[in-house]
Order: sequence, then structure tokens, then C-alpha cells
Amino acid sequence: MSKVNKTNEKPTVEKSSIVVKFVGDSGDGMQLTGTLFAETAALSGNDLATFPDFPAEVRAPQNTIAGVSGFQLQFGHEKIYSVGDMCDALIAMNPASMKAHLKWAKKGALIITDADAFNEKTIEKAGYTSNPLDDGTLEPYNIIKAPITTLTKKALEGVEGMDNKQALRSRNMFVLGMLYFIFDKPLKHTYEFFETKFKNNPVALAANKIVLKSGFDYAETVEAIHQVITVPKAPMVKGKYRNITGNVATAWGLMAAAEKARRHLFLGSYPITPATEILMELTKHKSLGIRTFQAEDEIAGICSAIGASFAGAFACTTTSGPGLSLKSEAMGLAVITELPLVIVNVQRGGPSTGLPTKSEQSDLLQALYGRNGEAPMIVMAASTPVDCFYAAFEISKLSLEHMTPAILLTEGYLGFGSELFKIPKMSELPDINPPYADPKKEYKPYERNPDTLARYWAVPGTPGLRHRIGGLEKTNVDGFVSTDPHNHELMVQIREEKVQRIANIIPDQEVFGDENDDLLVVTWGSTLGVVRKAIEEERAQGVKVAHTHFRYIYPLPKNTEQLLSKYKKILVCELNNGQLVKYLRLNFPHIPYKQKNKVQGQPFTIKELKDEFTKILKEK
Amino acid sequence: MEGPINNTIGKASGKLTKEDFISDQMVKWCPGCGAHFILNAVEKVFPEIGYKPENFVIVSGIGCSSRFPYYVNTYGFHGIHGRAHPIASGVKLANPGLSVWIATGDGDSMAIGGNHFIHIVRRNIDVNILLFNNQIYGLTKGQFSPTSPMGSVTKTSPYGTIEKPFNTGGLVLGAQGTFFARAVDNNIPLMTKIMFQAAKHDGTSVMEIMQNCIVFNDQCHSAITDKEFRDETQLILEHDKPMIFGKEKNKGIKLDGTQLRVVEIGKNGITESDILVHDKYCQDPGIHRMLVRMAPPEYPMALGVIRSAFAPTYDDMMIEQISQQRQSGKIRSMDDLLNSGDTWEM
Repeated sequence: MSKVNKTNEKPTVEKSSIVVKFVGDSGDGMQLTGTLFAETAALSGNDLATFPDFPAEVRAPQNTIAGVSGFQLQFGHEKIYSVGDMCDALIAMNPASMKAHLKWAKKGALIITDADAFNEKTIEKAGYTSNPLDDGTLEPYNIIKAPITTLTKKALEGVEGMDNKQALRSRNMFVLGMLYFIFDKPLKHTYEFFETKFKNNPVALAANKIVLKSGFDYAETVEAIHQVITVPKAPMVKGKYRNITGNVATAWGLMAAAEKARRHLFLGSYPITPATEILMELTKHKSLGIRTFQAEDEIAGICSAIGASFAGAFACTTTSGPGLSLKSEAMGLAVITELPLVIVNVQRGGPSTGLPTKSEQSDLLQALYGRNGEAPMIVMAASTPVDCFYAAFEISKLSLEHMTPAILLTEGYLGFGSELFKIPKMSELPDINPPYADPKKEYKPYERNPDTLARYWAVPGTPGLRHRIGGLEKTNVDGFVSTDPHNHELMVQIREEKVQRIANIIPDQEVFGDENDDLLVVTWGSTLGVVRKAIEEERAQGVKVAHTHFRYIYPLPKNTEQLLSKYKKILVCELNNGQLVKYLRLNFPHIPYKQKNKVQGQPFTIKELKDEFTKILKEK
Repeated sequence: MEGPINNTIGKASGKLTKEDFISDQMVKWCPGCGAHFILNAVEKVFPEIGYKPENFVIVSGIGCSSRFPYYVNTYGFHGIHGRAHPIASGVKLANPGLSVWIATGDGDSMAIGGNHFIHIVRRNIDVNILLFNNQIYGLTKGQFSPTSPMGSVTKTSPYGTIEKPFNTGGLVLGAQGTFFARAVDNNIPLMTKIMFQAAKHDGTSVMEIMQNCIVFNDQCHSAITDKEFRDETQLILEHDKPMIFGKEKNKGIKLDGTQLRVVEIGKNGITESDILVHDKYCQDPGIHRMLVRMAPPEYPMALGVIRSAFAPTYDDMMIEQISQQRQSGKIRSMDDLLNSGDTWEM
């Protein structure tokens, strides 16, 4: 990438990847600043991942730690697996955000802060006893104490129609300008963003452009910034890309499935953090015929979806942990009526309301077993924001073609996080062909396809297929209400076998690494990225550690037992108290598992993973 | 019946009969249960409504009433307790070309499904709700329900209930309902009539059927259903007709200030012109609110269609929004969407 600033005389250093964290008050616009930086980095050819970290409250008190809102991204010229743990650059807009996030800065990291935001009151509110800018707290770092408020106001002095309040609101763009200089990125894309956003507000348009450029120029002149850091383009597969969050990707995966199945997409849902964005995204797309129903509660969300599925739509419901609990009874109804239904659970910290905006993997056992009676359903877990698209598509296909409800587990970390998405062509995705009843033949509601055991879908409005189904046990084939003991046992077994047979068509479980490695690390869900990165780094050092990551959990891939049996040491890493490991112990009890768990609402760090691998490898 | 039904649900080409709707399942309600009469009325009215049999869907929750779908030869879905309303909402929104009927009871709709009940009514989704009100939990064998009168002695209230019952009509009108009708189970022609009008109404139609539970709450509605004195305790409303009742057709309802009063025609200078004329289409629910609360001994109970007000339906508005966006929206396919907004070649 050519230099933006031709007159720049500062030395340039090249880095393979950089982690930047933006933190400030909820109202400081950190999410927007981070998003704009990410878009520019992507457009300049870097691979990247982003994650917002915001408080549960809409706007918590100013200048307090509770009110700190953050946005982290990692961009690189190599494959980026996660947002990284420790940051190379921390942008802290006030004392509270510095207090809360300084611990995430690497030694020597670049810290940019608004010196004007540090006064007696804000310092005290943040919980500091002295001013961290002067008391040596920041000695281990490369600190840029920029008077951002003053400089922003000054830059806008000549702009007509600007009041003080408006001027202050563009402080974040000053910082963004500085970062564009420091990381050698162009201003062009952000200018274009302003032009669209402020189409009808010429004052704001001019002001934002001026402030952005002022920040850029300031960084160029200020001595404390003594070098420019370049991160060359990543070796991406050729093609067209976009940035996408996991929740939007989930919505699009469901929509893609509806298009491929040639059915209306119906979503019955109730707003719940962190799943609401899926509902919000789907409501936008009425031009594609999407029907969304914001129900009165979680139960009505899933029940409306079950009704829609009975009536022939491709039906979905989206929720998070507590909502999944509320839907349990209705999930059983979908199991016994053998209707297609996709339930998306964007997991968050639990139990109860727990940690609504934080991520956790603690609903796996609920997804597998949290229903009355023997109520098996497909369980899959997405592993990256982009994988949310493919996992949603695949689980929809399985649910529709096998006439069974299915749960897709994602996580707040995936839903809010984003990464670059190589845009697929719809023609590259497989068709979805649900088993429809033949109106020319006599219809029996529980007659089945002999291979898949799926019953046939008879859509109301079709002549010749009138029938009744429901929550009471029915006779196999004929579908009459029945309490016959042997029929019930048969139906329980058929419903189980129907789901188990899906193992015949899903791909085998794969291993990253070698068969004779000393340790196999097992993961599922959002931990893929960080664990893979840790393992790549270890392998580069000659450590013999392999990795297998589960997307299909119920049923498990057919080769699971054979694969696990090859390793002497197995470490299951999860962001819970040990749920996949319980499930694996139950299925394959002879294998000696070890577990690494973390339940802090935070992802694993590479360091803690590597330390754990070392510890396990040393054990006799 | 007042005129044919005009909507977009597909009609049968020939004339249908009761036999077209009789299912092959054994009806398992107790002998003498009021539900048999309701089934009878449905079998009678469905051919009259005239939609193709495959365009009817009956959805239910849990309870004696909710076995209903098995007994009619249409598409049917027997749901879970209290959830017939959202299930039926999903059916209707997935395919507005279906005529959707809900069979539910006072426990199913007023207790566990109370939230869903008020919300379906508020949204005005075009479904027809048959609410079997026997003021008792029958299937679980005799516990009080949210419509049991205060003081009811049941298996879970041996010393009498200490809670006020819901007034179904009041709840419907409070939820801004557009259609509310009431009937008694031993008057099949009246039930058939309100069912036809419910089918004709665009929006959520609630039909409260005062149903006898012969085993656990026998004679619960006898004050209004008993042949001996029902002429004095029933006011069968007809649109645009004065509210007259009584064996001698000499009693009527008069609006007296802000209250309804029972008056006798010919006494104290009262003539027929003093009697209130029923307007089921009246947008203002004021009089309808007073009518749904009337009960013996002071008043007769109002039966027939009490309210049938015009309001746009949720399903129509949903389809309208979709077709508008289909015309004006730029995104026509998933490929369009995937390639929309900020994208770049690498």
C-alpha cells in the first residue's frame, strides 16, 4: 500500500498484526470509531476480527467504570483468528476507561488519551488516587497525552454553525485521524462514510472531515509519535469480501436456506440480548418476503414458529439462554409433531439473567437435554462470526430435510463480533428439498422415508392431505392418538434414530495436527480462533499439540470415538464449568479427558491456553 | 345469515355438507357434555361458510375443549397448554389464505394462556376463537378456573374461592377486541349464527360459549340456560333491533344516564322507542362494555354478536408491507443482499 503521507519523514516499521482497543464513555462513540477503523483496514487489504464490549445499561453514569464502552479489533497481514487478548494500542478517552482497560495493554503499547479529560473530578470518579498521567502509572507504555478536546475545538473554530457541544461530539474522529496516520491508512473511506451519513447536514459533514484531518496532521507533527506502523495486505483468497457480524450472518444464513428451500421464512421471536440483532436484521428484509413476528414472550415466539412450520413456512425462533428455558416445553412439541424448526440460542452468561452482554458456552447441556421426556434434536455450534452464516444454513437444511427441530448455538462473542466474509454465490450453496407428502396418495401423518425416517410434510391448504397432529403421542404411520405402551416406546426410538441417522451425512471430525501428537485439544463454539492461534504458535515451537473442533454436537460425527482414542492426552477447553467434556465422558467413558474451563464472561487468552498445554504435557 | 362471506380464502366449487367435516376419530367427551353441541354447530356451519375443507385449520391448546381438532376432518393441530393463540397466529401469518379456528377453554385461555389471549386480540389477527367456558378445569378433574364465580367450592377451593373471576367480554374489549359474541351450548342455531358471523368478521373473533360440564360443574350456567326461565335471563342481541327480551317480549334494556336498566314496556310510560337499539358495528365500545357485564339476577345475559367493529387486521397489514417492499425494495434475492453495501475485491 502506498504511503498516504508522502512528506512523512518518520521511520516505518512493519508488523504482522496489531490489536487496537478503543475505550471511552458510552456516549463517546467508540463503537463507531472502531467500526470505521475496521472498515478502512479491511479495504486496505488486511484480514481482521472485531468485538464490541459494552455495558448492559444504555448510558451508565459518565466518567465511571460502569459506563465504559469498548471496541477491540485485530488486523493483520496473516490469517486473523480472533480479536487477540493484549493490545498494541489502547485509545482511552477518559480516566475511567484507562483504569478499566490498562491491564489489557502490552508492555510498551501505544496509549492515546485525551489529556483534557483528566481533571480532579474525573480522576477521582475513576477510582484513581492521583493523576495516572503524571504519577508513573504509564511509565511502561508509550503514552501520547494529546489535548484532544482543545485541539478539536480549535480545529472547528472557523466552521460556521458549530456549537461547543457539537464540536465535542467529534472528538472521536480526531483520534481516528491520529490512528490513520500511525497505522498508515487512508482517510478516503471515512470521508465517503461522512458524505453518505451527513448528506443533509453540510455543517456536520465539514466538521467531521476537518477534525479527522486535524487528527491525522497532529499525529504527523507531534514528536511523541516517532514511527509509522505498517501492516501489509493479508494473503486472502481472491474474491469479493464484506465485513459481517455473527448475528447478521446468522440471519442471512437462515434467509439463504429459505431461498434454497423455496419456502417463506417465518421468524417468531422476542427481544433478548444478545440475540435481538437477528430479529432486527430479518425484519428489514420484507422485499424478500421475510415474515417476522415480534411475539409477546419467548413462548409465543417459538409457538408461532411451530404454527408457521405446520402451515408450511420455514420457521425459526431466536433467543438467548433464559429464553431457551422458557421455550423448552414448546421444543418438545416440535419434537413430537416432527416439524422442521430452527432454534437459535445466542448464549450469554448465566444462570438466570446472569451476564446479559457477556459471552459464555454454558447452555450446551440445556440444548442437549433440557426438555421433558425423550426429546432429541439436532444440536450444532457455530465457531466464528462468518461460520454463523454457514452453520445457520446447514442446520436449516438438516432440519427441513429430516423433519426435526434443531438448535444452533452461537454466543454473544460471535453474535456481536465481526470478521471478513468472502461473499458466496447462492449458486454455490446446495438446494434444500424437504420431504413433501404426495397429494395423490393416501396420507398418513407418521409414514416415513425409509432412509431418513423423516415423516412427510403435508401443508394445510393442499387438497387430500387433511390430518391432525399435536402434542399427544400418536401411532406410528397412521398418526392416531395412542397410549399404547409399545407404540410409545417405538416412537421414542424412531425419533432418536431419525436424529442419529444424520451422523451418516455430516462430515467426519477433522484434526489440525498429527495423529501421533502428544496432546489433542478439543473445543467447540467461539473458542476456535484463539485456541487455533495458540496451537499454531506452539507447533511453530515444535510442541506436539493437535486440535479438533466440534461443530456438530448432536449427533456427533461418526469417527469421533475413533479419533479421540488415538491420543494419550486430551484437553477439552470450554467457557463453562465443563459441559462438552461431560457429554464426551458420557458417550466415550474410556477416554481420559482433562479440562480447561473459564467462566468469566471473557474469552480465553493465548497465554493462559499455552500455559495449560505446557502443564498438561509435563504431567506424567 | 346476513349475506355471503367475501374474502380471499378459497371457496369450494360445489355445496358441502356436514359429512365433509366428520372425522373418523371416536369422540371421547363425557356423554351429555356441552362440547358435543359445539361440535355439532361447527359441523353445521363449516359447510355453510363454504371454504374448501382443506382451507380450514383448527388449533387448540390443552383441556377438554382442546381435543376438538381430532373430531373435525380439517387440518388440525393440538398444541400445548395455553399456547393455541400463538400457534394459530403462526399458521395464519404463514398462510393468510387459511381459515383458522381456535378451540380453547377458560383455563387454557384465561389462565395459562391469558397473556397470549390478550395479545392475539390486540393484534387483531384474523382467527376465530371458540372459547368453551365451563368455569372449571375438567380434564384435570375439577379445580376452579379464572372464570369460576367467587366462592366456588371445588377440589382446590374446599372453602370457596377467594378471587374475582374474569369477565371474558370485558377482557376482550379491554384488549381492544373487534369481535365478541356469546352463546349457550344448548342453543345450536344461535351458536351456528355467531360462528358464521365470526367467519365473516375480518380480525380476531372471540366467541364465548357458556358450556356445561356435566361431571365437575353441572348446571353452572343453569341461571341462563334453564328452559324454565331462560327467556327472562337471556337477551339475544340482533343488530339494528331493540334489545327486547322476556317470555312476553315486554322487557327491554334502556340507557339510563350512564347505566343500563331493565325496563318493562307499557309500564311507567315506557314504550318500545325507549329501548336501546343494538349496534354491533359501533366503534366506541362503551355500550358493548356495559352489555358484556350484564348478568342475572339483575340483568339478562347478553347473547349473540355483541361487538363486530371494523379495524385493519395484522395479517392484511403484514402482507401489505411485504408487497410494498417487494415493489420498492432494491434487494430482490440473497445474491443482491450478500453483495449490497460495503464490499470490496481482494
